[in-house]
Parts: sequence; structure tokens; C-alpha cells
Amino acid sequence: MQDSPNTPVHPKRPARRRVAGAFVTWCSDHLARYVFLAVAFSATASLLLIALFILKEGVPFIVKIGFKDFLFASEWDPSAGKFGIYPMIIASLWVTLGAMLIGAPLGVAGAIFLTQFVPRSVMRIIKPMIELLAGIPSVLYGFMGVMVLAPFIRNHLGGPGLSLLAGSIILGIMVLPTVISISVDTINAVPRTYLEGALALGATRWQSVHMVILKAARSGIIASIILAMGRAVGETMAVIMVVGNAVKIPHSALDSVRTLTANIALEMGYATGLHRQALFATGVVLFVVVMILNSLAMAAMKRKTGS
Amino acid sequence: MEPAVKISVQNLSVFFGRHQALRGLTLNVTANRILGIIGPASSGKTTFLRTLNRMNDLDPESRAEGRVLMDGADIYHPSQSAVQLRKRVGMVFALPMPLPMSIYDNVTYGPRLSGIRDRAILDGIVEQTLTSAFLWDEVKDRLNMLALRLSGGQQQRLCLARTLAMDPEVVLLDEPCSGLDPISTARIEDALSVLKARYTIILVTNNTKQASRVADETAFFLMGELVEMGETSQIFTVPRDQRTSDYVTGRFG
Amino acid sequence: MRIPPKITQAMAVILLGAATLFTVIVLVLIIAFVLKRGVPEISWEFLSTKPKEMGKAGGILPTVIGTVLLPLLAILIALPMGVGTAVYLSEYTRENRITKIIRFGTDCLAGIPSIIFGLFGYIFFVTMLGMGWSMLSGGLTLAIMILPTIIRTSEEAIRAVPQAYREVSCSLAATNWETVYKVVLPNALPGIMTGVMLGIGRSIGETAAVIFTAGSSLMMPNSLNDSVRTMSVHFYLLAREGISNEKAYATAAVLVFAVLFVNLTAYWMMNRFIAKRSR
Repeated sequence: MQDSPNTPVHPKRPARRRVAGAFVTWCSDHLARYVFLAVAFSATASLLLIALFILKEGVPFIVKIGFKDFLFASEWDPSAGKFGIYPMIIASLWVTLGAMLIGAPLGVAGAIFLTQFVPRSVMRIIKPMIELLAGIPSVLYGFMGVMVLAPFIRNHLGGPGLSLLAGSIILGIMVLPTVISISVDTINAVPRTYLEGALALGATRWQSVHMVILKAARSGIIASIILAMGRAVGETMAVIMVVGNAVKIPHSALDSVRTLTANIALEMGYATGLHRQALFATGVVLFVVVMILNSLAMAAMKRKTGS
Repeated sequence: MEPAVKISVQNLSVFFGRHQALRGLTLNVTANRILGIIGPASSGKTTFLRTLNRMNDLDPESRAEGRVLMDGADIYHPSQSAVQLRKRVGMVFALPMPLPMSIYDNVTYGPRLSGIRDRAILDGIVEQTLTSAFLWDEVKDRLNMLALRLSGGQQQRLCLARTLAMDPEVVLLDEPCSGLDPISTARIEDALSVLKARYTIILVTNNTKQASRVADETAFFLMGELVEMGETSQIFTVPRDQRTSDYVTGRFG
Repeated sequence: MRIPPKITQAMAVILLGAATLFTVIVLVLIIAFVLKRGVPEISWEFLSTKPKEMGKAGGILPTVIGTVLLPLLAILIALPMGVGTAVYLSEYTRENRITKIIRFGTDCLAGIPSIIFGLFGYIFFVTMLGMGWSMLSGGLTLAIMILPTIIRTSEEAIRAVPQAYREVSCSLAATNWETVYKVVLPNALPGIMTGVMLGIGRSIGETAAVIFTAGSSLMMPNSLNDSVRTMSVHFYLLAREGISNEKAYATAAVLVFAVLFVNLTAYWMMNRFIAKRSR
């Protein structure tokens, strides 16, 4: 039935070619390793490059004008040489806070409801829908804010309509997918045994959820909120369309404001010289704030996996 | 005629981090015979096997001391390439592990890496090795089928054919029949008996009956040490060490 | 007076459910609103003719071209770099100081707001390297933006390939590199493609970074050095300058469909990936 096992399986190549082949293999393997190592640094290198250039353009300006006159001065008038971004900082702060006041509770509530009280088949449709909504361009949300939300605010609450409130609401809606998505993943990662243990002790579903699961998922949920905050601070296009872009310190939620991001985007097109440097300096401030927020979020995430 | 020594292991110790898996192993593997390695779990049998084709190198924590000579040359010498070694020493793993490709591509994976592109030669290799593994008749009409679709026993025979396709000198088998039905097991054992005329075979098994059926020589490992080694008939009838006797009679295991 | 647990549970479910419903409704309404106003304006003519009067009339052909080419360029650059990084992290090394630095860099890059990318792209590609407002500047900037996504999904896909395959390949005398391109990468491909689609989706919706690097020219691009306008940018300019609400809605609707298509493709690929692994 079979050949004699002593017939050669495949022809032996001449010894010299075999050695050469082995050498080529060894070379290409080592070469591959070094090429991949070099490429692996591309992300880190890009980060360094970005930090370098933003800082290079912005820091000298901050040094020249002085910290206090830049960060804490309230007058922004580039043609008169006044570069105080304090109103913008306050605006960004309040818009972000407002957005989180809306987005965080709704998002976490949604995440809890979807993971604990909804059958998996429904989840399988809803989760992708939410991820899809995360992909909708921000300018669209901004546009809706302009066409629908701002007039509503103007007609029913007063003020110009394009306001801090409008910005917070739109941003709050925009960060919902982020908060929900990450919170859902975090909650789902809590071992099933935690839930089953609590239920076995006679707790209702809701009791197990808020006493056991939420506690276990806490750092992940916090991380998702901080991450969403970082995104809210950095959001530009939607914000530009709905907040009115007036440079002033807001006294009420109905006032028009201008955020740090809006400031950069609006004036970059025609700024020159010192003015342009001021915008880069604004970028530096933004960069630092976002870096801090993201580091906090990463630390919160690590605490989750550490425990 | 003095039987040739294919592999000579001299005082081999293997460490994984701080854990010592093999202690001062010394033995000689005779060419063109089947060496069976028996012993309870965690006695270092698999570690020993993986030392012979330098698969332990894949674990960055592993460290080997002592010498392993094949045909007189130390395989761990810095000038020796692990990749070239594995062309001469093939391995069949405990669980059938076909690659996610067709039967044909599985068998020709190794030869194609060596640079063989001629379709006729590859076809010949496929037919010959599958025949040696007692699998040819069952799959010759569906060589392009995904190998994962075969049954467990067929997959394992495919893995054997795949290893043979490298045209190695030594074939290592790590508990190849665990989890296989008796018929598949018998087929593989038959294949090994025929193949030893051409290859040197080392077979790790936790089934002492299999060793007594198939192996020419048997070595008994216990807790990382080589307790005793000799002709199979001697090991199973008149073992020299009490521990060997206890194990083969089933007093522990 | 303690409220019985069953009642608190009912209250909680109602509250949470209401919150979720509200969220879903709001998000769906936004999409529905845009589609309702925008779809009637869409026609083949709209998609295939050039705009007139800065977009007040005519179609959006150049922006469609821009929206196709720019993400494509970004992927062409980011894919090899991202997959290469992922391969290095999972196949060529184990966790050590270097990998921590690489991961830190990747995670940080992921969190940078798009306006900063716009600033960087402007100062580095457009000005310092002299590329001007061009597809090249835009593509390079977008590539850096989507790099973390590609790296993350590729690494996940590569790690999901069973270790058994690598062992088998090794035992058949393959080098590390051969194992990677013959066994690991082909099996990780669906997962990698998911990352690609996600990156494309992000690029399509990106506005801030694109305006400052690719510019906003309404002319048909002839080369990589030409400025180009994407649909997102076009939409933004139409809305903000108040040029035409109807055209804006129409552009938005097309954008929504594009994002929908990309996301659905990504989702379909992901499902195939999971199905293949569990066979």
C-alpha cells in the first residue's frame, strides 16, 4: 500500500545553497526585528513631535507675556496686544462641567440599564447603534444645536440662544456614547460570580447592582467619565457653532461664551506674528489640561485592573 | 555492528526561572530505534522533548545547562541555529494542531519554507508523507479541504505527515495519542513501527501499555530525573530500580 | 419606615430605563431630523456635479472625492506603521521598559484633541515642511490621528491568534518573521480590517484637523499637492457661513450614510472575525 519508507522524501539541495539559504533566513529575521522596532516607535515619536512643536511655538509667548497676563487676564484684544484668555478658560471649564452633569448620569444610567436589565438580544442591537452614533461627525451635532436647540433656548429661556447652556447640552449628548460604551465594557468585565453571590444571598437585582457590581466597576466608570471630560474639553467644531463665541466671562448659563478650542479655530485662519503665537500658547494650555485628564483616566483604569 | 548513537545527552539540567525541571540528565538515544519515555505528570518528559528541538527557547525564562549532542555536535552551541535544527528534528504535539489551512498546505508548509516550489515535488511529498502516516487513502480526494474539518485521529496523523514532510532525522512525539480513539491510536503506532527504519523516534507517553507495545528502549522519568533506561522488555519485566517497578505495575502514577 | 427592596428595584428600573430611553431617543432624533431634511435633496446629480456659488447651488463632487481620497491616504500611511507596531509589541518582545514607553506614547496620542492635530499639521507639514494646504498634509495628519486606533485593534487581533499556531510553525523550522507573515497576520486580518474601518470612519467625520491641513478648496484635486475639501468641512462651511441650509442638510445626510456604511462594514468584519475563531 505504501512506498518503502527509505525512499527520500524530497531532493536534497546542494550543501552550498542550503547554507546560503540559512544565512538569508537568519538575516531577514534579524532585519525584520529591527525594522519592526523602529516602526513601533512611530506613535511615540509622533507624540514627541507634536509636543515639541506646540510647545516650541507657544511657550516662548507665555514666557514673554507672563503667566498672569496670559492665563488670568480678562481682556482678549489681539490688535491692542492684549492676550488674556481667562474668559476662555472659564468658558471651557463651565461648558465641560455642564456637559458632564448631563452626560455622566445619563450615560452611567444607560450603561447600567443596558447591561443589567435588558436581554442580550436587545443589547446586541443597541450597542452597535451607540457606537455608530459615536462616529457621527461633531459638526452635525453642532448644526442641530444651531437649528433646533439655540432657537428653543432663545424663545423659552431668553438670551441669545447661542450660549453656554446650548454648548453644555450638545456636548453632553456628544459624550454619551463614550461614557456608555466604556461603562458597559467595564460593567460586563465584572465577574459573574459577584452578581450570583449577591443574588444567592437574597438580594434583588437592583440591590446586587448598586451594592456589588457598581462598586467593582467604579474605577472603570470613573475612568470613562474622565476620558469623556477630556474629549469635551477638546471638542471644537460643535462648540463653535452653538456657544456664540463672545469673549466674556459668563454670568449665567444663557450668556454667549468662547472656549479655548473655539478661540484657536476661529482666529487661526488670519492670525500672524504675536497673535498666532498667542493661539499656539492657548493650544499649549489645552494640551496640558487634556494630558492631565487623560493621565488621570489611565491611572483610574489601572487601578481597576490592579485590584 | 555497534548501533549508532544519534543524540547524546550529558548532564542536562533545565530551569524555568527558579524552578528546575530537569536534573542532571544523561542518556544516549540510539539511531533508528523508538525510545519510549514514561513517567507520571510533571516529571519533565515534555521539557526533555522540547529541549531536543530547542522549543524551550521560545520561553524567555528557560535556561539549559549541560550538553546535548546530535551526531556529535552540540545543538546549543552559539554557532548553531535553532531554526536549522528544527529541520532535522520534528515534533508532533499532544493535541492535534492543524494550521488553519487546507490539508495540502498544512503538509507543504515546512517544505515551502525551505524553498521548494516545484508543484510536482510538493505533490510527491504530500502523497508520500500522508501514506506513511496511514492517512493518504482517506484524504487523497480532498486535499484542499480545511484541515480543521478532519476528525481528531485524522488531524493527528496529518500532523505526523506534516512533520515527516520536513524530512527530519529525528521525530519527537509528545503523548500523540492522548484523547484519540483506539483505532487512531493503533494506526499511529503502526506508522511508527514502520517509520523507525528511517527515522530516530522518541515517544513520550503516559500510557505504559503503549510504551511496551511500540518502544524498543524505554526510559523512566520521575520528578525531573532519569531513574532508569533500558530495553523495553527489561524495564517492564525486571526493572532494576524499585521506583520503576512501582510505576510500571501501577502502584502510583 | 424602610421602603421594601422590591419597590426600590422597581423605582430604579424605571429611572434607569427612562434615562436610557431618553438617550436613545435624542440620538435617534438627531439622525432622523438630518435625514428627513437632507435626503430629499440628494440626487445623483448632487453627488456627481461640482458646486456653484460656493456651494449654494450645484453638487458636491469634489468633496466626495476628497472624502474618499483623504482617509485612503491616511490609511495607506497608518496601516503599515500601526500593524508594524502591533507586531513588534506582540511577537518580538515581552513587556519591558521599551514596550511601556511605546504604549504610553500610543495612549497619549489617542487622547489629543483634533484641533491640536490641526495646529501641529499646520505648523509642521503645511508650513515647516512646505507642503502647503494639500492632500499630503491632510493625509499625514490624519494618519497620525488614527494611528492609535490601528495599533490597538491590530494588537488585539494578533494576540487573539492561538499560541498553538505559532508553536507549530516554529517546530516546522520557521523563523519568527516567517511565522508572523505566514500564520499570524493572515489570521489576524479580519480584526485588523475592523481597525482600518474604524480609522476611516473617524477620518470621514474629522473637520478641525482637516481644515488646517488640507485646506478647503472646492476645485477637483489633480495631485497630492492640491488642496481638497471633505464633506465634513463643506458641511461646516455651508452651515456656518449660512450659505445654504438645504445643501447643508443634504451634505449631512450623505455624511451620515457614509459613516453608517463604514461602521456597518466594520461590524460585519468583526462578526466574521469572531465567528471564524470560534469554529
